[in-house]
Amino acid sequence: MPRDPDDAARLKALRRDLAPDLARLERRMVLRGGLSLGALTLLSGCDLSTGSNGTLADRVLWAMSRANDRVQQWLFDPATLAPTYPASMIDSPFRFNAFYPPDNIPEIDEATWKLEVSGLVADKAPWTLAKLRALPQESQITRHICIEGWSQIGQWSGVPLRTLLERSGADLTAKFVGFKCADRYYGSLDMPSALHPQTILALDFAGQPLAPEYGYPLRVRVPTKLGFKSPKHIAAIFVTNDYPGGYWEDQGYNWFSGI
Amino acid sequence: MTIVPETPSRLVVIHPLVVRITHWINAVAVFCMLFSGWAIYNASPLFPFAFPKWATLGGWLGGALAWHFAAMWLFAFNGLAYLIYGLLARHFATTFLPLTPGAIWRDARAALRFRLVHRIGRYNAVQRLAYGVAIALGLLLVASGCALWKPVQWQALANLFGGYEWARRVHFAAMAGLGGFILLHLALVAIVPSTLLAMITGRARVTEETVR
Repeated sequence: MPRDPDDAARLKALRRDLAPDLARLERRMVLRGGLSLGALTLLSGCDLSTGSNGTLADRVLWAMSRANDRVQQWLFDPATLAPTYPASMIDSPFRFNAFYPPDNIPEIDEATWKLEVSGLVADKAPWTLAKLRALPQESQITRHICIEGWSQIGQWSGVPLRTLLERSGADLTAKFVGFKCADRYYGSLDMPSALHPQTILALDFAGQPLAPEYGYPLRVRVPTKLGFKSPKHIAAIFVTNDYPGGYWEDQGYNWFSGI
Repeated sequence: MTIVPETPSRLVVIHPLVVRITHWINAVAVFCMLFSGWAIYNASPLFPFAFPKWATLGGWLGGALAWHFAAMWLFAFNGLAYLIYGLLARHFATTFLPLTPGAIWRDARAALRFRLVHRIGRYNAVQRLAYGVAIALGLLLVASGCALWKPVQWQALANLFGGYEWARRVHFAAMAGLGGFILLHLALVAIVPSTLLAMITGRARVTEETVR
């Protein structure tokens, strides 16, 4: 089920309420285990867990991450393309990667699936797979770089996000494009990255319709950003000027995460 | 009765203020970069080992990255200030040069036979080489780090390292090299503790003959 903003806010509040208890519990375990460098950071809340209004260290880390967003927005060149590779360099098998094990991959019924479009758009008509397939397609063989450090080369094809935004009459001067997913994941892009020619709504992976583990039926593919900025199983797109955050970003991953 | 004359000695500044300030800021920055970097490495180890949890900073990957991407500015800008000072104030030219292969060979052999005399305020050839290598490793860490941070925007730089995956290995190797330097550096400070005080006060008592 796509997560609506109320749900997200409730979860965030819950996480905030639980944080002191978790920290206390952690502290008890840490003291039992003996003091260490890693423990020291947990003790004093230097791991982003207390939020942007938390301990001094966490406040500084969150503020630095926001400053790094601005630096990266400034560094981002809309005309610079991610390097592309020959088909011979495609990595196989390609990793399954999500915040849940493969058993929890959402099952999606093609017959009833629709991509909702909302927010600052003129035409809010939802898109079916057939309608998306009828749009001009773009194919790419690019490197997927995970925030964990590993990277793999894969082939994705689909509709440029710019095309979909234009066809939906989106306000292209808005700040953000947000995504809601069928697996409770959510995310957002800055508008310049959303309009980058290599940012696509991928329908195919390795020349086949997306397999469930790679985000069936539709995923975002942004080769100018770290992998977690490319949500899978997307169910809704919205255009907004209010910072939408993201599943990992709200926990502390850097929002812009450009590469 | 004969009077044994005292060896004449006096206090001199051996570490200028800029060097001391940038040294201690660098110590904090490197500490943060190293231990948060190890936590980031652990998220997807390049080699068949991981760093112990107690030697990591940030608690989890997101926290470690936040530390790394905050401390990197401190490391880079403090390093830049040190380099500018070192070049413009001729600090490098007077403390690290001249450096010849012959002098390195002579001092290295003497050091290995524990016959190298430590003279406060004056670096031997092995020390000069070690500090030069440490500065070069710092530059390599920044360059390979930039290639890892922006392999698309700065793809020419990433290509210089052979692409993203090779840049990871270069970044790791440079970290290991700097780690080795730090261990040696700390070991020598433990052997000659007066050097620690000198890096705080900047001053050391030297006998006349060691003053050039």
